Parts: sequence; C-alpha cells; structure tokens
Amino acid sequence: MATTGNLTAAPLAARPVLGAVTLLRIAILIAIVAIWEAVAASGLLFRDVVPSLLVIGRQLLLILIHPDFPLHIDLGLGSSLVFDLKIPEFYRHLWVTVSEVATAMVIGGIAGLAVGLALGANPFLSDAFERFLYWLGPTPKIIFFPIMIMWFGVGPGSKVAMGTLSCFFPVALSVAAGMRQIEKVLIRVGKSFRANTWQMITKIYLPAMRQPIVNGARLGMGVAVIGTLLAETKLSNRGVGFLIINAYSTFDMPRMYALLIVLFVVAIGANALVARASRG
Amino acid sequence: MTRSASKFPKAAAVLFGIGCFTALIYAIEILIRIGLINRFIVPFPSEIIASFPRIVIEEGVPSRFLLTAIEALTASVMLSIVGISLGVLLHRVRLVRLATETWIAAFASAPLVLMYPLFLVIFGRSAWTIIMIGFVAALPPVILKTLEGLAGTRAVLINVGRSFKLTPAQLYWKILFPAALPNIFVGVRLGMIFALINIVGVEFLINFGGLGQLVNELAERYDLPGTYAAICFVILVSIVFFVVTERIEQWLRPGT
Repeated sequence: MATTGNLTAAPLAARPVLGAVTLLRIAILIAIVAIWEAVAASGLLFRDVVPSLLVIGRQLLLILIHPDFPLHIDLGLGSSLVFDLKIPEFYRHLWVTVSEVATAMVIGGIAGLAVGLALGANPFLSDAFERFLYWLGPTPKIIFFPIMIMWFGVGPGSKVAMGTLSCFFPVALSVAAGMRQIEKVLIRVGKSFRANTWQMITKIYLPAMRQPIVNGARLGMGVAVIGTLLAETKLSNRGVGFLIINAYSTFDMPRMYALLIVLFVVAIGANALVARASRG
Repeated sequence: MTRSASKFPKAAAVLFGIGCFTALIYAIEILIRIGLINRFIVPFPSEIIASFPRIVIEEGVPSRFLLTAIEALTASVMLSIVGISLGVLLHRVRLVRLATETWIAAFASAPLVLMYPLFLVIFGRSAWTIIMIGFVAALPPVILKTLEGLAGTRAVLINVGRSFKLTPAQLYWKILFPAALPNIFVGVRLGMIFALINIVGVEFLINFGGLGQLVNELAERYDLPGTYAAICFVILVSIVFFVVTERIEQWLRPGT
C-alpha cells in the first residue's frame, strides 16, 4: 500500500536531520568553549573574572571528590561500628540545602494540597479567598526573609520557612484548578456510594488529580529551591547558597563557577526527574 | 477554568473574603495587645498602617519606586527584543530549534537568579547587575512562548498568505506575527513578572536600588512597622502590575 511505503521511508529521511542536530550542538558547545577561552586569555575583563575552563574543571573536581571534611559516624553498637571518614565538604552543605528544601516541600506541599482541596471543592471559599492566593503567588517572596528571621531565627528554620512560603502558592493554585477539572461523573459515583469526605479525598479527588498535583509539586520544587538558596546567600553559614556567596566574598571565581555548574545540573536534573515521574 | 456555581452570589463571597481578612488583622491586633503575640516580632497592624505615610515621605518611596520601575522596564524592553528575536530565529531555522529548544527549556527550570554574585563581579554593585539578572532569568519563557505562538499559527492562514504570493517577510508581518501576538504577549507578561520578582529580590539581597533595598534597610534598622509597611507596599506594587498585565492579556486574548 502507498501509505506503508511512506511509513518505512520516514525514519531513513529523518536520520540525516538528527545527525545535523547533534553536529550543530557540538559546534555550539565548541564555539562557547573557544569564545570563553579566548576571553579568558585576552584579559579583556578584569583578571580572574573569566578563568580558563581548565581551572574551573579542576575546581569542580576538588569540590566533588577532594575529601576535606572529617565525618564521625557512630552507630551506637560498640567500637566496631564507629567510623571516621573524610568526605568532600560540599556534600555536607548539599545535604543541608537538600534537607531544607525537602522539609519546605513537605510542609508547603501538604499545606498547599489542603488549601487547594478546600478551594477546589467549595466554590464559595474559592470566590472568597482564591484571588488572594492568585495575587500573592507572583510577589517576590525573598522580601519576607526579614520577617522569617524574626519568627524562626537565623538558623535553618528561616530557610525552610522561605522555601515553604515559595512552595505553597503554586501547589495550592494548581490543586484548586485541578480539582475543578475532575470529571463530574467521578464525583457522582463517589457520592452514589455514600463515600464520606475522607474517602472522597483519598478514593476520588487525589487519584483523579495526579497530574495537577505533580505539576504543582514540580513548580513548587523549583521556587522552593530558589527561595531556600537565596535565603542562604543572604544570611547563613551552611548550605550551597552560603558556599556560592562565600566564594564571591573571597573572590574565588573558579570555585563560584564550579558551584553554579553543580547547582544548575542538580536543579535541572531534579526537575527532569519529577517531569519524567509525572509522565510515567 | 470550569467552576461549579456557588449557592451564594459572588459578591457575598468576595465580601466574606474581605471581612475575614479584616477580622484577621483585628485578631492580630488584639492578640498582640493581650501579649499572646510578641510585639517585638509582630508589630501592631495599626502601627504598620500608621507608618505608611512616614516611609513614603522619609524613605523616598516615590523615587525608589521609580528606580525599580525603570530597572523593570529596561529589563522588559531588553527581554522583549532579544526573546522575541530569538523565538523568531528558532522558528525560522528548524535545525537551530531542534538543537537548542531543550537547552532553553532546561534553562527555564534552572535557578538563574543564583548567578547574581557572578553578575556582581562583572557589572559591579550597580543597577546593571539588577537589570541583567532580571533579563537573563526572564528570557527563556519569552523565547519559548514566541516559538509556541509562531509554530501554532493555523495552516489555513499561512496558505491564504501564500495564495496571495506574499514574500517571506510579508508572511511574517501580515500573517504569522499577528496570529502569534497573543501567545507572544503571554510570554512577555510571564517574563515581565519574572523580571520584577528577580529585580526586587536582587535589590533586597545586594542592598542596592529601589523597593527591595528599602525593605532590607528598614529591617537592618529594626524598624518593624516600617519593614512590614514596606513589604506591604511591594506586595501592592506586584499585585497592581500583575492585574494590569493580566487585563492587557485578556484584551489580547478575548474569551480566555
């Protein structure tokens, strides 16, 4: 059949285009590296502002694999289960940031889910309060940081609070919108089985809203990471944000570039993982 | 957005919302007065309201607002020109689009604002650091939405243009661009909101510029009512900006 011929021919026709795409990507990367190295060697910008990529690469390796932080692990089962290790200090700071973001996502996510469910289920509450969330959502949350310091202190609490505040709005708005898009027939089925509120939430609403919840969590994670890290750059002595601002303060540019690269890879990777999970 | 009708009129719900908000403010005032909330952590709401005229006059709010507005406007103009141009380029050259679209989408999810120490080194502690952060952080949505708008132009419109033997430039200006304009504006609006958020945020972080710096300065002086009032003012500016751009978007996309 004629159509069959077209179908088998398509992959053959597409092959050179894919090759060209890969080639162009490689060419773009080579051009960026060449321009970067040329600027680094030319001294057009202030010295060390644009260090050589080799120097940045060396710093990246130091950050990721050089063991410079003593770690004492005591499993509490006698001297045979006490370990003294050395790990790269970066991981200690990464752990602080990851735990702050994770805590913020749990608190902000649960609060956002509860508020979103309430607003989505009740048109009166939605008309009364949703506009406040809709308006407050796009405000710059970092300006609340002085209040968070007063309320939760200068430790991790204020960073978690910043992440929570950032995460809450996208989750709540996404869940409320998602809830309104649940097919009415599903809700009627639940009611016809005389499901109580808890059963309606766990058996009908949450399974039907998987996609909006994951989208809200994805958006919430992105802004929670930004809120937490910005707070760490403002006032902290731990976390990846602190490492970045510390590298800036000591004018250790290769270290700052290396930290930004690691941070971007982690953030983009986490976002891609959540996106893949939402499709799976 | 589908929305099931409430049993009560919408105006009643809005009034209820405003009433609850007012009641919350009164409740906080009372809780502070009876000592359940520490007044050195949360100032009296009445003090916050009373400090509005003081910060407007003594702290030069109009000039700070103007500075933030100029920074946001500069970043918005830059990102509109560069973002739309790059979107058009990606639409015209399919190979470049295939090679870079995923990179741009990845950048959209990266915390680009964290690059502000790098911009501080390059541009110094100046308005350009703030503008450039606003510009860079807000660029990906403008590019992606421009591309989406142009790629989503209905084929029948393009065919009409071709049947009139329009040149490629005419096809762009008479057909593609007007058809994509609502989507492009969505991207520009998103970009402007991102830019404003990042601009005020970086002003706060580097203690330089307009409204963000005002919040930081008042907090460092431990002027609690002033800090809260300044935060309320920034929220107010964000809301006005958000609502105005939303109205423009609705005017461009009737029925959405």
